[in-house]
Amino acid sequence: MPTDQLPERPDGVRRLENVVIRFAGDSGDGMQLTGDRFGAQAAAIGNDVATLPNYPAEIRAPSGTVAGVSSYQLHIADHDITTPGDQPDVLIAMNPAALRANITELRPGGVIILDTDSFTELGLDKAGYEVDPLTDGSLDSYQLFAINLTGLASAAVADHNLKRKDAARTKNMYALGLVSWMFSQPIEDTADYLRKRFASKPDVQAANIAALRAGWIYGETTEAFATVYEVKPAALPPGTYRHMKGNKGIAYGLVAAAHQAGMPLFLGAYPITPASEVLHELSLLTSYDVRSFQAEDEIAAIGAAIGGSFAGMLGVTVTSGPGMALKSEAIGLAVIMEMPLVIVNVQRGGPSTGLPTKTEQSDLLQALYGRHGEAPLPVIAARSPADGFASALEAARIALAYRTPVILLSDSYIANGSEPWRVPELDELPDIGIELATEPNAVDEVGNPVFLPYARDPATLARPLAIPGTPGLAHRIGGLEKQDLTGAVSYDADNHDLMIRTRQSKIDGVDVPPLEVDDPAGPPGSGADVLVIGWGSTWGPIGEACRQVRADGLKVAQAHLRHLAPLPANLASVLSEYHTVLVPEMNLGQLAGHLRRETLIDTVGYNQTRGMPFQVSELASVITRVIQGVVDDDTPEQAAVGGNGAAKVVGDVTARLTAAKAGVGAGGKTTVTHSDATREAGR
Amino acid sequence: MSPTGEAEGAARAEEPAGTAGRRAPTVADFTTANEVRWCPGCGDHAILSTMRGLLPALGVAPENTVVVSGIGCSSRLPYYLDTYGIHSIHGRAPTFATGVSINRPDLSVWVVTGDGDALSIGGNHLIHALRRNVNLKILLFNNHIYGLTKGQFSPASKVGTVSPSSPHGSLDYPFNPIALALGAGATFVARTIDTDRRHLTATLTAAAAHKGAALIEIRQGCPTFNNIPRQPRGSGGATTENDPASPELGPIRLSPGLPIVFGPNDQWGIVRDPNTGELVVGNGGDPRVVVHDPGTQNSTYAYALSRLAETALGEAPIGVYRSVSQPSFDQLFQERLATARPGGRGELRSLLTGSDSWVVAG
Repeated sequence: MPTDQLPERPDGVRRLENVVIRFAGDSGDGMQLTGDRFGAQAAAIGNDVATLPNYPAEIRAPSGTVAGVSSYQLHIADHDITTPGDQPDVLIAMNPAALRANITELRPGGVIILDTDSFTELGLDKAGYEVDPLTDGSLDSYQLFAINLTGLASAAVADHNLKRKDAARTKNMYALGLVSWMFSQPIEDTADYLRKRFASKPDVQAANIAALRAGWIYGETTEAFATVYEVKPAALPPGTYRHMKGNKGIAYGLVAAAHQAGMPLFLGAYPITPASEVLHELSLLTSYDVRSFQAEDEIAAIGAAIGGSFAGMLGVTVTSGPGMALKSEAIGLAVIMEMPLVIVNVQRGGPSTGLPTKTEQSDLLQALYGRHGEAPLPVIAARSPADGFASALEAARIALAYRTPVILLSDSYIANGSEPWRVPELDELPDIGIELATEPNAVDEVGNPVFLPYARDPATLARPLAIPGTPGLAHRIGGLEKQDLTGAVSYDADNHDLMIRTRQSKIDGVDVPPLEVDDPAGPPGSGADVLVIGWGSTWGPIGEACRQVRADGLKVAQAHLRHLAPLPANLASVLSEYHTVLVPEMNLGQLAGHLRRETLIDTVGYNQTRGMPFQVSELASVITRVIQGVVDDDTPEQAAVGGNGAAKVVGDVTARLTAAKAGVGAGGKTTVTHSDATREAGR
Repeated sequence: MSPTGEAEGAARAEEPAGTAGRRAPTVADFTTANEVRWCPGCGDHAILSTMRGLLPALGVAPENTVVVSGIGCSSRLPYYLDTYGIHSIHGRAPTFATGVSINRPDLSVWVVTGDGDALSIGGNHLIHALRRNVNLKILLFNNHIYGLTKGQFSPASKVGTVSPSSPHGSLDYPFNPIALALGAGATFVARTIDTDRRHLTATLTAAAAHKGAALIEIRQGCPTFNNIPRQPRGSGGATTENDPASPELGPIRLSPGLPIVFGPNDQWGIVRDPNTGELVVGNGGDPRVVVHDPGTQNSTYAYALSRLAETALGEAPIGVYRSVSQPSFDQLFQERLATARPGGRGELRSLLTGSDSWVVAG
């Protein structure tokens, strides 16, 4: 929210193109709800919105500590945006720990609204402050509004028969009211929301609405705030829009897929962060013939889903990394049974329990290769919260058309983030589905009609699917190798080789749209020298970084992979048109390795596993350095990744280790540049 | 064929599923051309033969029967029955079967498993299928050994079992499958023997009629790795006259409504100890001899019966231990779906639009 952005209007309302706001408080302070409501309000007035919730793995970490801080960042704009923003312009801190945990990321000169109620000796102590930041001058470079939000909220709800503690809990709505006033947002939608949410608790309902209004009125009536801000509606293409979270988008995409296929949706799932919400969403939709089943474990969840597919449902299972590991044997069974199945992996930080509430893209290789035997299957990835819908439809399309399990990769950032989503008309949805076998498809040696469950469609290599209840087509399938055509158990060596190659060919032949490149400077080969390619949730940060770099007058191309297996047929030819291909990933180079294996093209990696999405400024700087390296010197190894003009930097691990051994003080460089980038080889 | 199976399920509720207008299915209709590959003398042959005879009698068409198995010798059985079948992965058969059964109430779903498959690697799925009361008929072929992997001791093997993986004798206490199933809240629990075709048929028929999860332990030997001699009731010699725990006696047979007495001359009976309330072996003529009632809601009695083998008898009794009525998970699952859409399916577009959408004009 640079204050020099746009002139103040005569009515005292300052227009902003975009602003990044972060609500932060204790885990129990209701910051996720507050942020979510603010986002919904902004969306409802037509802003483009991108959000980033961030919360601890513990449901209630020790209160008042930095470990227990939960935050929700929103980027709202009057134009198309795809990331939640790098640095907040406005920080709402509900306690000292929230201030301490977030202040370093606040833009210099940014606005802080903080609740003074817990700035007591105890509160400061819990947060690890030795000196009160309100009095030591450390906040002088910000616009500070220190307000006793808890006290004001409690006073505002004094008439509503709440216990003291419950009255204090309305402080989040008070803060929301105040911030809504600051940004000229109507609060009626939120009041309606509170009416519904607390319909069974009239006192709590009335108190929360009263606090919300009181916060708004506080802004309106006190003279503490000199300026009101306004972010005008973004120019989105015409249509009906709603605020969509990634997990919900995937859930709705699956429902739409089942609708289009004319099949009931059957979900087998076991609770796991950050995927449980898909289970929750689908469990609400019984009236849409969505059948959700909470199984006893991850294996049972996918087993039931495969059983559902066998019985004629659109079988789906949803999990995260540890659950994927448990499901891998059953996924292999679905591969050899050639059953339609959608497996959603909402990735989180790993390995093992890792960082359950943080984001990472480190399950790509697990998705591609994480089964025993030759067990190929299609892998696709959602690129943003709203894209969850389309990618779930695409996963179901492939699963049904080719009778195969499909892995859909999402991640924690997509799962919990949200953005406006244009609601499709039903006639815009793709035609997908499966024509179930109802008649025998062959005759035996004596002329009797028989059903061959492993005879194949010559175009797709898909096998016919006959479900129980279909007379005359009864058959048995399972994990043992099948005889070609009949599906009978076969230990024949040549047959096994044939079946392995056939299953691979089927997946290799899945129709995948060609890779498209976004480069305003021209088509591949005649535009930019550097292509940035990514997959999954890095789409937003990479796209905005490319736009920034272009705004600085440099040329850069962007491409993003939805289909990771099989890869688009034109991938190698596209990549080979660029001098340098940069691959930013939230892992240590899994896509880069995959690209090299599949195209024999080496790329430059830029990698981080910090549990948070890439910052746009960080990527823009890396892209710029890579481009300058290409221009200045044809050996990108030296230029690709340098920080502070250093020849070799953004933390090549080998270099760091070598330096450490040699006693060279490389630590300074590597700590400033907290990411690893490796140039595998020049081309 | 609608994939939902609802219409069919409803239509067929009045008559044997899928048989309308067709001749009654026969043994041949349930028999595949596959060569049966179990060891000679294995009890699995007898169970297969019993199933082939039983299924036509149930009046369910082959295409409405689904047999799901895990891994092990027993789990090859689906290949020999001409129904829909899944030969799945080790221990997980109840999970696949659950996915089939709860979505398709028109189908008769059977699970075929063994003591290694169900009690060891798949123990979790077994207890949860039983606790949920999924409408599955679970045949647990218990030969007390891992046959397919060549003879290792199983969780059903007695302490001290010498096997390739326990050359000095196993140290593990075994599971009692009946007690385990009762502990999991199973609504139908029975035990039978592969060598007694009549008892096997009667027990499986009773299980098939049960609405809900049925666990049938089928006691077996393994002719190759764990040869347990056949012991028809009363075949023993002189020792059986004096020892109610003599293995020669063969298992007690439980019959609903009849007092539990046994021995060559019915000289012993199961009585309730008035001091402890526990079941003990007493005199067959004692007026306190327990009259068997599998319909007892409280499973304490059935549990006590199942545990007698470990203290007072050569082996656990055979027959139906427990058979009580409780709505199946399948039924509740389908009712939930039916009540959620009294006026038909929800409209997709309104779901997608939601209540908080806004319109951007063109």
